[in-house]
Amino acid sequence: MAFTFAAFCYMLALLLTAALIFFAIWHIIAFDELKTDYKNPIDQCNTLNPLVLPEYLIHFFFCVMFFCAAEWLTLCLNLPLLAYHVWRYMSRPVMSCPGLYDPTTIMNADILAYCQKEGWCKLAFYLLSFFYYLYGYAFHFLTPLSA
Amino acid sequence: MSGFTNLNSSAGYSQNSTPNGGAAPHYQNGPVQTYPSMYPPAGYYGAPPQQQGYSTIPGHAAPAPNKAPVTNNAHSANYYHNNHQQQQQNHLPQHHVAPSPYSAPLSSAPPSQPYAALPSAAPPPTNAHYNQQPFQPHPPYATPGSYYGQQSYHPSPAQQHPSLVPVTASGPGAPLYPIVSYPSAPGSSQYGTLSSSQSTSTPVGIPTQMVGAPLHQYSAAPPPSTTAVHPGYGVGPPGQMAPTVVNGQGSTAHNAVHQRYTQSHQASLSYDSYSGVPQSSGGADTDQPPSGTPSTSVHSSPGHHQGGDTSSSTTGSASPVPNSYDSLEGGSYPDSMPPSNDMTNQAPPYGSYGYPSMQSAYQQGPTSHTDASPSHDLYGQSSYQQYSQPFPNLFQLSAALGGLSGVPELEVEALRPVNLLQERNLLPPRPLEPPEPNVSSDLKKVNCSPQTFRCTLTSIPQTQALLNKARLPLGLLLHPFRDLQQLPVITSNTIVRCRSCRTYINPFVTFLDQRRWKCNLCYRVNDVPDEFMYNPVTRSYGEPHKRPEVQNSTVEFIASSDYMLRPPQPAVYLFVLDVSHNAVEAGYLKYFCESLLENLTKLPGDMRTRVGFLTFDSTIHFYNLQEGLSQPQMLVVSDIDDVFIPSHDSLMVNLKESKELVKDLLTSLPEMFSQTRETHSALGPALQAAYKLMSPTGGRITVFQTQLPTLGAGALQSREDPNQRSSAKGVQHLGPATDFYKKLALDCSGQQIGVDLFLLSSQYADLASLACMSKYSAGSVFYYPSFHYIHNPAQLEKFQKDLERYLTRKIGFEAVMRIRCTKGLSIHTFHGNFFVRSTDLLSLANVNPDSAFAVQMSIEDSLADSSLACFQAALLYTSSRGKRRIRVHTLCLPVVNQLSDVYAGADVQAITCLLANMAIDRSVSSSLSDARDALVNAVVDLVSAYKSNVSNLQQSGLVVPTSMRLFPLYILALLKQKALRTGTSTRLDERVFAMCEFKTQPLQQLMRMVHPDLYRLDNLSDQGALHLNDTVVPQPHLLHLSAERLSRDGAFLMDCGNVFYLWIGKCCNEMFIRDVLGCPNYASIPPNMSHIPELETPLSERVRAFLDWLQDNRAFSCTIHVVKDDASAKATLFQHLVEDQSEVASSYRDFLQHIQQQMSK
Repeated sequence: MAFTFAAFCYMLALLLTAALIFFAIWHIIAFDELKTDYKNPIDQCNTLNPLVLPEYLIHFFFCVMFFCAAEWLTLCLNLPLLAYHVWRYMSRPVMSCPGLYDPTTIMNADILAYCQKEGWCKLAFYLLSFFYYLYGYAFHFLTPLSA
Repeated sequence: MSGFTNLNSSAGYSQNSTPNGGAAPHYQNGPVQTYPSMYPPAGYYGAPPQQQGYSTIPGHAAPAPNKAPVTNNAHSANYYHNNHQQQQQNHLPQHHVAPSPYSAPLSSAPPSQPYAALPSAAPPPTNAHYNQQPFQPHPPYATPGSYYGQQSYHPSPAQQHPSLVPVTASGPGAPLYPIVSYPSAPGSSQYGTLSSSQSTSTPVGIPTQMVGAPLHQYSAAPPPSTTAVHPGYGVGPPGQMAPTVVNGQGSTAHNAVHQRYTQSHQASLSYDSYSGVPQSSGGADTDQPPSGTPSTSVHSSPGHHQGGDTSSSTTGSASPVPNSYDSLEGGSYPDSMPPSNDMTNQAPPYGSYGYPSMQSAYQQGPTSHTDASPSHDLYGQSSYQQYSQPFPNLFQLSAALGGLSGVPELEVEALRPVNLLQERNLLPPRPLEPPEPNVSSDLKKVNCSPQTFRCTLTSIPQTQALLNKARLPLGLLLHPFRDLQQLPVITSNTIVRCRSCRTYINPFVTFLDQRRWKCNLCYRVNDVPDEFMYNPVTRSYGEPHKRPEVQNSTVEFIASSDYMLRPPQPAVYLFVLDVSHNAVEAGYLKYFCESLLENLTKLPGDMRTRVGFLTFDSTIHFYNLQEGLSQPQMLVVSDIDDVFIPSHDSLMVNLKESKELVKDLLTSLPEMFSQTRETHSALGPALQAAYKLMSPTGGRITVFQTQLPTLGAGALQSREDPNQRSSAKGVQHLGPATDFYKKLALDCSGQQIGVDLFLLSSQYADLASLACMSKYSAGSVFYYPSFHYIHNPAQLEKFQKDLERYLTRKIGFEAVMRIRCTKGLSIHTFHGNFFVRSTDLLSLANVNPDSAFAVQMSIEDSLADSSLACFQAALLYTSSRGKRRIRVHTLCLPVVNQLSDVYAGADVQAITCLLANMAIDRSVSSSLSDARDALVNAVVDLVSAYKSNVSNLQQSGLVVPTSMRLFPLYILALLKQKALRTGTSTRLDERVFAMCEFKTQPLQQLMRMVHPDLYRLDNLSDQGALHLNDTVVPQPHLLHLSAERLSRDGAFLMDCGNVFYLWIGKCCNEMFIRDVLGCPNYASIPPNMSHIPELETPLSERVRAFLDWLQDNRAFSCTIHVVKDDASAKATLFQHLVEDQSEVASSYRDFLQHIQQQMSK
């Protein structure tokens, strides 16, 4: 029984990933609503934009944690997403407030489809990583015990 | 305000009739039940006198009500009366007093009772107040204009179509009306009252006859002789037919027909709602209530549009409009008919009426029915009518087969492979006509004008796969608010729309039977509302297919309050003027004030029009123009970080009330700032102030800016590096530097404020950022580089002309446009100035007649189960007179499953324009070179796709279908445009402006800018000349845009859309110079000549006639530059010779070579 730092990281990541899953679902729903006319793009962007940075920061945060815990494999698995986030935020449209989504372009079919796809992909990634963290947590928590 | 009452009443009414009345396209969240309350129903109509008018009716006995409309007609002043009355008659009864009312009109004697019953039956309040109008007739008699007069409408159109008056007027008694209302009579039968009388007149045999009859007629193909009509017609139900004779025309059969038509014709005229309101192109605001204008248009519009049948039927030729309609209907014939027969026979409502054969009964209209006896003739007529409608069945057939069926010669021609490397003379002699969709001739006739609505592929591929294979973009080019010469305007309580997709009823729907129609976009079967059964044009009942809505693919509805979120706003104009030192130097202010003073009365609007002024340099100046002040008061706000409005009610003032003060201000304004030393510009804060001023009402903000904004929010830095202007690499800074202007525009758009920008700057002013304020608020951008009132007279002239057009052109407020398309198609991207509110809805704070939109489409589901694809654009707006209106355009195109058909229907100009729009997007989001590559690839893809899929010729070289033969040329021309060119020195602002133009200019204008028309003028001949109103307009041939086509001994005209260049060769014929330019010889032509003198010589007249003709349908008048054959010409004229090689861009030959190399890779 050793509650190592790594185990702590996994536990934290587990919780945070659960939160990220909700973020992803929220995104998917929001874009679906946009597509089906339920919402005004301005409102929708106003609700979505404040969520973008927190999501990225949360992800960045546990990447740092894994770095500190020297969980290299886990970190490597997360690096592509981290890089994507950086790229995505760098190439955002000209905006004075934080966020990614511009109400004037969001209704463009390409962008809308892209955002939806992005949402689904992230959801899948977060779900998989959720189980991976669960496994990682159990592994780090239980392995010393059995040893 | 009167408009309101009217609207209101109709609204109240529609509540009864249309359960679905709500769902205003854009304001989906709130169809606004509350509004009615704002216009108390009693308001106008509710007045007691009208009640009286109503109650009196019974006393008049049956004829009276009948008569009413007629006389109204005679006066033809009271469109509305008519309208309402008619509708009411049809409507009311059905809803409330169902059985009786109808009988009234039919048999003139007994019906009085039912009628009398009507008032007592006391329709619900809404109706009640509605009814009043109709029955108001007595007053109207005396004072035809009374009602409208108050509304400041044009009271007596009667004078304007006097010729028509006699016809109706002559039928003073009940008689005339009966004929008209006839149709309704049969309908009434369904309610049982009248059935007896009908049955007597209609032998039992009739129904069966009818079943057979139409078929016979088809096969028999009776000649469309008008005589056939005669007896059945003239005799008719004797009592009722008499009136016809009363009119004094019904002597011969021919006449009878004639007369009937004239009558209907007239009906349509006098009928407010249906009269075509000529939307005069130049006019400020043509949306006068139809009552006024129609009279002028009487001949053109009804005759053509709604009354299409009139003229044609009298002449006995196949009538254009109704035919198609009928044939459309005929389409459903095969399957729907037999069942419908049975059904209708049994169905109580139709039983006695004998709708047995939907078709015939239907087309003949009840008229023929009622007077059963002369059934032969009757049929004669029906057949005639039917017959004259070319082959209903055939039509359907061809429609069903779409592009597959008999491939017309045109298509074969369009498909002829052209080897671009060999054929050098590709240009047609006259400017290219848009290809005609390969649909039946009936549909062609009613289809939307290509100037309004154009599709890149006039044959829609069945699947996305096929579209991908064709390598052509699918999209629409729309010019929805274009100035129209004639436009049917419809006032109706119920606007008939599909219940599931909310499509407006249009000429391409199918009537399954008399009571049901099938939506052509979602295929849902809908009921025909009762009101729609009445056709005001022919004044007959039971002819929904003859309604103007289904006879015209472009119509305008007067919308009810269901379509309002708030009371229609007044026209509100705010002018935001830059008065910094720079602006004063440029000197625009004086000319702006002059122009506005001149056009102050022509500003579109009504009594409620409001204006305001705001000037700014480093501070913001407001002007108090409150009525009663002796002179305008200037209020200065210097706190630009936190702008506030110094006074709330006196800054935006009623133009009528404060006209003198406004004039004062405009005269003194130029002087006021002449000594200013202030060089800073606080545009951002000024716009914020403007937004605050306007947000309660919405309206239009016009911004004049002459430099880079330097202070406060929205301040910008210069981003242009002059050394990079001609860089062949990427061009930076095509996008905005800040989102301030975009956010402001979105806020404005939300408050229904449109922002138009006039940028008159000699320095870089970062148009890429500034233009955002117009882009997303549906405004327009004007740019005058190096504007100076002395040094640049050409720009000044252009500015003045543009300004005049700008101030006086029509405007629509708080608009939205929704584009619907056949199930399976979906909208991919929009291009233009607007804010996209949802997948198919554009929010347009202002809509102006000069801006166009483009839409990229994609095919989501296979269209295999339909032969036709339809697109409908509905523009809901508030006219400057405070009326809510809906302009609906519908386009119908065939669906094809062969690649060759897709190519045959390709519209090269539309494709070029759509690609240009896509390229602009690409160059902003990605890079300019990407966009250019994409354009070149478009050509490469097309050629290789065509080569591999369609042409089976193993030809080498570049082979394209004839329909696309100009494609590489147009793409090359695009690449040489300011917006997309590289290598040539281009100022960033000019480039960005060119991009804005690409996005908003209508197709024809854009094509002339991209690929100007070049003509030789010195040897004009009368061969093929047009003769218009006594003037001969020569039609010289188009020339290729290449210097080799110019010759020194000629004079050439280049038409670039917004500017003409008249190039005079060095050795040009002296006679031409003398006769046209008024100069003795070449040397004496002044260097900056910019007008053609009006000389009395034949040559000059020709040239001017030709120039005028070219200018005819253009919104902004062109300036003309006489260019001499010297060095300076190179810059201006030769850059447009796109086929030639320039220092950096390849020639057409080289371009083709390049394409070929790309292909072989």
